[in-house]
Amino acid sequence: MSFDLQAVIDSLKSNFPDTILDIKTFRNETTLLIKKEKIQEFCMYLKNNFDFKFIVDITAVDYLERKTPRYEVVYYLHRFGPEYSENVRIRLKVEVPEEDTRVLSVTPFWSGANWLEREVYDLFGIEFVGHPDLRRILMPEEYNAHPLRKDFDVRNREPSKRCFEKALKEGESGTS
Amino acid sequence: MGVNTNPVLGGDGFVTTKLSSFANWARKNSLWPMPFGTACCAIEMMGAFASRFDLSRFGAEVVRFSPRQADLMIVSGTITYKMASVCRKIYDQMPEPKWVIAMGSCTCGGGPFDSYAVVQGIDEFLPVDVYVGGCPPRPEALIDAVMKIQKKIEREGAPIV
Ligand code: SF4
Repeated sequence: MSFDLQAVIDSLKSNFPDTILDIKTFRNETTLLIKKEKIQEFCMYLKNNFDFKFIVDITAVDYLERKTPRYEVVYYLHRFGPEYSENVRIRLKVEVPEEDTRVLSVTPFWSGANWLEREVYDLFGIEFVGHPDLRRILMPEEYNAHPLRKDFDVRNREPSKRCFEKALKEGESGTS
Repeated sequence: MGVNTNPVLGGDGFVTTKLSSFANWARKNSLWPMPFGTACCAIEMMGAFASRFDLSRFGAEVVRFSPRQADLMIVSGTITYKMASVCRKIYDQMPEPKWVIAMGSCTCGGGPFDSYAVVQGIDEFLPVDVYVGGCPPRPEALIDAVMKIQKKIEREGAPIV
């Protein structure tokens, strides 16, 4: 018996009538575009009622000059079925405008989202409201840009260099 | 340097030499590497240390993970700016005299990563003695680099104290 994804979508549609903005299915992958404000309720509902216990990844896309709102944050949820054919993956997207890059955090439901959100914050500058420890995770802490934004020059090594020189100085005076 | 045999000493030979050339001879045949492997090149470095290529044939098998006991730093792998300060710190902790091999295109000049995070050549912050090109270089190339370091020690040496 395979898992009935359509039943999930129908139930979501009836429970969240104004939240789902768009549903796309392509090559057996289902993508739901939902309202940014509703991400927490939506994720909680999926987790508690349909066993989407695993957050696979959180990432973001910058559609600079190609689309407004500028950013999209993408969530991949996974449900482990008892049978292989009942393993289901679903993709959620929320649109984030340039003027207000705040999104509610999903760390209350999946603690695995902690580092994923930190990564998106680090590289795209999207703030996750309610995150317990929103610091940079890949770039140095005092780095002052978000390198995966499309308006960041990928060859611009100046911010990295500044952090490096600062770290060197601290190393010399023995404070690190 | 000359070899002497003396019947008074029971026929055993002794060698006369300068202290500096004796010290440099010892140094070049007992290089203790500090492996600074951060990426794919490090696998090739391990290959050079393992039995097939066997860097111990050149006296450089005592890999020290403590910089205080090493005198040859093999930087193999992509060095990001975040890692660079660590790399420099470890180099500073090594006692003199010390030598540096930059192994792979990444350490020589950034390699394929012309990006915001990667140092475009570790000679931005370290004095490099031998550069080894390649992505990754074969273990033979690393062995060649160690032999070049040996030649350099023989030729130039380093102060004894
Ligand atoms: S030079 Fe090539 S093999 Fe070596 S660390 Fe860089 S990318 Fe990897």
